[in-house]
Amino acid sequence: MACIEARGLRKAFKNTVALDGVDLTIEPGRIVGLIGPNGAGKSTALQAILGLTAYQGELKVLDLGPWTARDQLMSEVCFIADVAVLPRWMRVWQALDYVAGVHPRFDRAKAEGFLARTSIRKTSRVRELSKGMVTQLHLALVMAIDARLLVLDEPTLGLDLLYRKAFYDSLLNDYFDGDRTILVTTHQVEEVQHILTDVVFLDRGRVVLDCSMEAFEARYVELLAAPEHLTAARTFRPIHERQLFGRSLLIFDGADRDRLATLGELRNPSLADVFVALVGGPQ
Amino acid sequence: MSALPWTRVLYWSVRRELWEHRAVLMAPAVIGAVALVGALLSTFRLPAALRSLEAGSAKDGDMLMASYSFMALAVLLTGLLVAAFYSLGALQGERRDRSLLFWKSLPVSDRMTVLSKAAVPLVVTPVVTFAVIFAAQLLMLVWSTAVTVANGISPAVLWKHADLTTMWVVLPYGLIVNALWQAPVFAWFLLVSAWARRTPILWALAPFAIPAILEGLAFRTSHIGGFIGERLLGGFAQAFSVDGKAEAAIDNIGQVAPLRVLAQPDLWLGFLFAAVFLAAAIWLRRRREPN
Repeated sequence: MACIEARGLRKAFKNTVALDGVDLTIEPGRIVGLIGPNGAGKSTALQAILGLTAYQGELKVLDLGPWTARDQLMSEVCFIADVAVLPRWMRVWQALDYVAGVHPRFDRAKAEGFLARTSIRKTSRVRELSKGMVTQLHLALVMAIDARLLVLDEPTLGLDLLYRKAFYDSLLNDYFDGDRTILVTTHQVEEVQHILTDVVFLDRGRVVLDCSMEAFEARYVELLAAPEHLTAARTFRPIHERQLFGRSLLIFDGADRDRLATLGELRNPSLADVFVALVGGPQ
Repeated sequence: MSALPWTRVLYWSVRRELWEHRAVLMAPAVIGAVALVGALLSTFRLPAALRSLEAGSAKDGDMLMASYSFMALAVLLTGLLVAAFYSLGALQGERRDRSLLFWKSLPVSDRMTVLSKAAVPLVVTPVVTFAVIFAAQLLMLVWSTAVTVANGISPAVLWKHADLTTMWVVLPYGLIVNALWQAPVFAWFLLVSAWARRTPILWALAPFAIPAILEGLAFRTSHIGGFIGERLLGGFAQAFSVDGKAEAAIDNIGQVAPLRVLAQPDLWLGFLFAAVFLAAAIWLRRRREPN
């Protein structure tokens, strides 16, 4: 059974179409990056998956329809939005008590263990914590839940470098076990690239790329072309070309690496570069 | 996977409401304490009043009860006010501070959430109101008894006129009827709270206040205003009226007729509206996104 299965997922608002027929299958045990510019429909897609918004088309998350069974689904799905959603009046011990009270799969001792590694005090209110600490608290709560799917929507927005790095480190070391599925959207693509197993590019409500990271790395290659070979390199039909420090960078989709290697320096392109190659720069 | 019993989820849902809105517990307690201090101070006149009662005066008997009734009324109105403001903000605040996304990330249904919020004005406030009134009156009675004995008067005189046992039996009944009677009011407040982006108090009152004003200007009558006033504050009149019809007040406690009160069509019409309002609030909470 797929963790998330979407067929022809559509969502239109008054003036815009946020999701325009999205087909998507996410298997269990994957760490999937949902990448796209502002307004690509990422948040709408996540909201649909979490049962926060109605949609047209077919959508099953852990075999449940999110819109009709949100409360049931949420015992096996966790969700961290950007940092501002923990209630500001709440004290840390109250958050622990409450989640322990209403969540059947929450392991309180585990959450306290995570918190013990931070400088968060149990008597503090959320509003007294720094942004980074609020995220640590939310992550501690979520990691103590034995869930099958974790959805992260810009989880590290507004955090400094150290917190961002620590966030993904503890996610990988303390949470991800190969069975769970993580779906993450972020603008800091370069930070998540190395942890993803799969990537989905979304642009104007449509999926423009959906593949595993191995497939991604096998498919796309970037050539730092030697100036004398530029014309030759262009005959391999690059999907994108740009200038960097006076030299040409070309991105190829499925080109012959051995022959390209004779024309300059090859390397793996970043997700961001391929994204720009596929959908163009800011419109 | 074993789901948690709904009673446990309800318990923690209500508990979290009380963490956030401490005034629901604190305001009646504080007002009760203040009223109690006032009542305790007034006991300097108690010995004189008891002596004139002993001597056969009748009017001081009612005066003895007055402090107790005043404390009860102060706590009751405070509870009503806090419950009203609570209900108006309960479903709006979570959208305003975006904590809605946190609550919705937990396995708690919209129905459970809305019903737990409705339980605050309809169950928690009446219970708190009774507990505070009971405690304040008990302390007042103990102190008054001490003052009476210290002045060499038999406490039997005090106890005969300040007969609180009836009050303590009848008050819970009145609070229950009052809560049932007010159910549509608080359900309406919750519905407006789920719907209004800002100033829910205006949206909650305007649909009634504007017609009431127009009626007053056009016909010089006040049927709408009277209807609203009765719904807001008429619960006790309903509970303690002959045949439960809120037409004539009873003159002794033996006339209380709980079953007749519960059989009133007006009460059931209120339940119907309350159910519709709450269902609409649940529907809205499911669809509303953070402001």
